[in-house]
Amino acid sequence: MNPADYQRAARDWLERNVPSEGRADGDPIAQAKDFMARLYDAGYSGITWPERWGGQGLTQEEERAFAAAARDFTLPIYVFSIGLGMTGPTLVDRGTDAQRERFVRPLLRGEEIWCQLFSEPGAGSDVASLQTRAERDGDDWIVNGQKVWTSVAQHADWGLLLARTNVDVPKHKGLTMFVVDMHHPGVTVRPLKDMSGRSNFNEIFFDDVHIPDEHRVGDVDDGWSVAVTTLLHERLSISAGVGMGGQKDNPASLEALRRTVDTSDPLVRDELVELHIRSRALALFNQRLAQETEAGVFPGARGSAAKLLLAELTLYQADLATRLAGPESVVGGHPLGTVLSTAPGLALGGGTNEIMRNIVGDRVLNLPPEPRVDKTVPFKDLKVGTQA
Amino acid sequence: MKLVPSQEQRELRAAVRDFLAAASPPAKARQGHDPEVYARLNGELGLSGLIVPEEYGGAGAGFAELAVALEETGAVLLPGPFLATVFAAVALTRAPDKELLAGIAEGRVAATLALPGADVTADDTGRLSGTLPQVLSGMEADVLLVTAGSALHAVDLTAEGVTRTPLETLDITRGQARVVLDGAPARTLGEPADGIADRLAVALAAEQLGVLRAALDAIVGYAKIRVAFGRYIGSYQGVKHKLADMHGKLEQAESIVRYAAWAADEAPDELPGAAALAQAYVGRACFEVARDSLLLHGGIGYTWEHDAHLYFKRAKTDEVLLGPPRLHRARIADLLEL
Ligand SMILES: Cc1cc2nc3c(=O)[nH]c(=O)nc-3n(C[C@H](O)[C@H](O)[C@H](O)COP(=O)(O)OP(=O)(O)OC[C@H]3O[C@@H](n4cnc5c(N)ncnc54)[C@H](O)[C@@H]3O)c2cc1C
Repeated sequence: MNPADYQRAARDWLERNVPSEGRADGDPIAQAKDFMARLYDAGYSGITWPERWGGQGLTQEEERAFAAAARDFTLPIYVFSIGLGMTGPTLVDRGTDAQRERFVRPLLRGEEIWCQLFSEPGAGSDVASLQTRAERDGDDWIVNGQKVWTSVAQHADWGLLLARTNVDVPKHKGLTMFVVDMHHPGVTVRPLKDMSGRSNFNEIFFDDVHIPDEHRVGDVDDGWSVAVTTLLHERLSISAGVGMGGQKDNPASLEALRRTVDTSDPLVRDELVELHIRSRALALFNQRLAQETEAGVFPGARGSAAKLLLAELTLYQADLATRLAGPESVVGGHPLGTVLSTAPGLALGGGTNEIMRNIVGDRVLNLPPEPRVDKTVPFKDLKVGTQA
Repeated sequence: MKLVPSQEQRELRAAVRDFLAAASPPAKARQGHDPEVYARLNGELGLSGLIVPEEYGGAGAGFAELAVALEETGAVLLPGPFLATVFAAVALTRAPDKELLAGIAEGRVAATLALPGADVTADDTGRLSGTLPQVLSGMEADVLLVTAGSALHAVDLTAEGVTRTPLETLDITRGQARVVLDGAPARTLGEPADGIADRLAVALAAEQLGVLRAALDAIVGYAKIRVAFGRYIGSYQGVKHKLADMHGKLEQAESIVRYAAWAADEAPDELPGAAALAQAYVGRACFEVARDSLLLHGGIGYTWEHDAHLYFKRAKTDEVLLGPPRLHRARIADLLEL
């Protein structure tokens, strides 16, 4: 099917199947799962993923056509965004065939929800300094420790868990990646309220949680290289907007703002022009990265530049919209107040802006690294976390 | 939409880059126009005929190819009338009388284009009068294209009735001239199709992308060899983070230039918005990057001998070449129907 036909068919399908607002009466997770199953059965989930594991095996061209069709809808798939954008691609890249067989199709069909268990109270940017332990016990591993800021964990069935398996080697060399059953006894999930008042992320406690060795992803002590795969996918999926609504329902979008602010004022017009320029610049950059991927050039660390630019655009857009709207934006639960309160999340989650700049500097521009005090020190002798 | 250069376009880029690296490196830019290099550029590489239709002896290529070539000429701050001739070729391809294109394609004729809004009038015999305060490469060009009334005219710049005076330009690598026409003989080329200004904006943005990239490359290279406090300056986050932000501008600028070139070739409906976007974004980004590249060089960047100021001044000159940048922003506002 040519892209235009594909897009038209996808649009048709979305028009008939995306639940309209107001119908959100029942359990939102059940509704999301129901939608995801239909999306999968219609062939629109995992468009570019390998057919063998349940994907459609199509190209970026169809993916783009679908994204273009979806732009005018808000798909209720936020709860699947971690699985679709990060843990799923990691399993496709690095999992065993048995793991791919077991996990990928249910993930794509929305039957199982995934979360990503990397950050800890003492390890965020420097996630390789994490302290959660996994210790070998026959054919199992036993996990103890704490994770935090874990998005959608309160709904999750499975988690991709990075844990320490060796403290006698430098921090990057003693980590191993696992798939953990979030319903296993000993896993405690406590929702945390974020600055917008919502509870989308959690803290997680692991008390003697058993993981079978066949749920290990990659080699023992080679978890860092798996994590790097996940983080690359994370940045790309964030900048490509996986699981995010389009601009359609964004009250800070140019389309929304032009209806509510006085565009006869030349100062307002110029601000809106600036928003248009920045939005188009980033949208075109993302499209170019997608076209390069299709042509076989993997964007790699350049995805971090796209993620950084999106984080900055999001903060700028929320700030601009509230300035244009004026006093009403900060009272009475105004939608722009919510936009402003959620904007910082993107500049923190998935790696902070400073970390993105480090990555672009080190891996895209190949600038000299900063002197490191932690590279060769065995983990057990390293200073980590928050210390007075 | 095509945002990734094709194999042939990459080959064209490599050919132009290799040629310029040998024949016109940035170090040579401050010596100004070298007619011999210009002749070889057009002869060996056929650059002046790149977008000239085949029936006039050109390569019949599109803006996607032109953009790639202009990035490379921009990156070395190529002096001389190449951009001016591209501007003229753009106008000629949209005029009824295209004869002059043959001379341009051959490399025999260097031409320039008076920017829109010139106050020039034609008398009954078709002779032109008026003053053009700033004509790009006006001293190097042989022919000036200028609109009088609704028609485009060609004026032989060596003819009687034409007085040209070189201007002292901030950008020492490329000249401008004041041209006074006082009953100058001219040939009318008819009323051109619209869309010329948009195509100039796209061509210029491609040059700006090259300037931006070269200014960034220069400071990234220097940050890897300059040491302060026992460390390479590129290892300091104050420098590294700025360079990362400059890289973000490069990525976005390149994406916009590819898009605008594609629109010029294949999507006329999108061209006005793409062209205004290209000037509004790329023009600014180019100057900002050239400025920060200069600053991050330290004191050496402020010297006459160093090339940083050449990029800084070309970037500024380009940013205002098609008029104050607010015009591009105003155009966007109009197109968005704000
Ligand atoms: C909305 C949201 C959702 C999230 N979801 C998840 C999730 O699902 N799973 C998960 O594992 N994690 C998740 N996170 C965690 C996120 O990845 C971390 O918060 C982030 O990596 C920062 O770590 P930190 O909070 O420990 O801050 P720190 O690392 O303590 O950083 C504090 C400050 O120091 C700066 N800094 C740190 N190191 C450097 C350096 N080398 N150079 C310059 N500056 C530096 C940082 O930029 C920051 O400004 C989420 C976070 C948010 C906000």
